[in-house]
Amino acid sequence: MNWEAFWLTVRLAAIVSTLLIAIGIPIAYWLTYSRWRWKFLIEAAVALPIVLPPTVLGFYVLVALGSRSPLGRWWESLTGHTLAFTFEGLVIGSLLYSLPFAVQPFAASFGAVDAKLLRASASLGHSPAQTFRRIVLPLSKAGLVTGFALSFAHTLGEFGVVLMVGGNIPGVTRTISIDIYDRVQTGQYSAANQTALLLLIVSFVVLSIVYGLNRYGLNRYGLNRRPGVVGPWR
Amino acid sequence: MAAAADMSAALPQLVDGYTKQTGQTVKLLFGSSGNLTNQIRNGAPFDVFFSADEEYPQQLIAEELALKDTLYRYAVGRLVLWVPGDSPLDLSKLGMKALLDPSVKKISIANPAHAPYGRAAEAALRHFGIYDQVSSRLVLGENVSQAAQFVESGNAQAGLIALSHALAPALKDKGRYWTVPLDAYPTLNQAAVVLSRSKQQDAARKFLDSLRRPEASSLLSSYGFSLPAEKR
Repeated sequence: MNWEAFWLTVRLAAIVSTLLIAIGIPIAYWLTYSRWRWKFLIEAAVALPIVLPPTVLGFYVLVALGSRSPLGRWWESLTGHTLAFTFEGLVIGSLLYSLPFAVQPFAASFGAVDAKLLRASASLGHSPAQTFRRIVLPLSKAGLVTGFALSFAHTLGEFGVVLMVGGNIPGVTRTISIDIYDRVQTGQYSAANQTALLLLIVSFVVLSIVYGLNRYGLNRYGLNRRPGVVGPWR
Repeated sequence: MAAAADMSAALPQLVDGYTKQTGQTVKLLFGSSGNLTNQIRNGAPFDVFFSADEEYPQQLIAEELALKDTLYRYAVGRLVLWVPGDSPLDLSKLGMKALLDPSVKKISIANPAHAPYGRAAEAALRHFGIYDQVSSRLVLGENVSQAAQFVESGNAQAGLIALSHALAPALKDKGRYWTVPLDAYPTLNQAAVVLSRSKQQDAARKFLDSLRRPEASSLLSSYGFSLPAEKR
């Protein structure tokens, strides 16, 4: 069992899902409330990582952000190294890769908040920002937890991008899925089996927590994720 | 046919010539030799296996997954130190010691766990006594093609890759290389073998025979494969 790879992966997933809370909420907010006629284009762009092969993302990180590109040179002058083969490179790749798994649950839960509440809040003198912070965000707790947990679990299972841009450096870019791959390639099936089983259990537990919270935990306090049903104000 | 990644430029040309002569088409796939060996063990439907070293085919023969009498050492693979064209390093003067230059932040090699070129690269770094100094800067490609791509794309500043890639059109004009001396690493005896599960063993044998023709040998040597010293 490669614990170094395991904790590296957990660290990567924790950082990525935390950052996605910060990045995902403004994007989800905009997607929920914007009336821009071309909004669907942005929605499609955000959803792209769900359907794109990870190799496409890996290719872009390697080439478009590599040392031959202006963006890559800028990054290199800033940090002294290229994005590929670094932990930061994996973080950036994973942010893109897991973005829709955070933004979509966020936006769905924002959109499910009863518009009457928003109008009531505005009529009582709250600014849109205050309304968002005091009405929308608390009512969207289930969606926020779901987005956090899904992007965490999705990053745990990331493989293609890491294989293409990671360079398989122990303790830096050798994630748990790469470790499993290497062990299978070299015929160490029992080691691969242990690691795969651990990943299976962790992923199942994370998803069970998400669905359990949605079903029982958060609803008990009246924070329902179904549209139009808002506990204490009913 | 499954082949070691260092054959990714030469083998398609050999196959083209073969197809023109015989009308038979051949499907090719490439990977690290260890990776392909593992796939063969798990029932991959290949007819011929081209390995970058002799060890993997010998293992398959011992496991009765490959036909002993078909084993053919068709070439010797060479390891080179490759840098992109814009690199300031003077390889002809420094040789392997060029890797100690501070401008070299990442060095790409193939994964030694399942790629013979990766093991050759490690052995060569040890031979020159610089392995401990550079080991923290090594990045591992899935196979020697990916190691070449890492350095070709500029993401690594130097790479220990196959001479056949350095001479292939994709890399030829993009960088410079220094040939690592043969005594620095165990010889990469490239060997091909027909697999026991193949349903087209006759055609597979014929293809391997066609490699003994002078045209095939000269094509292989144009990709930097030296021919095995022993009698064919």
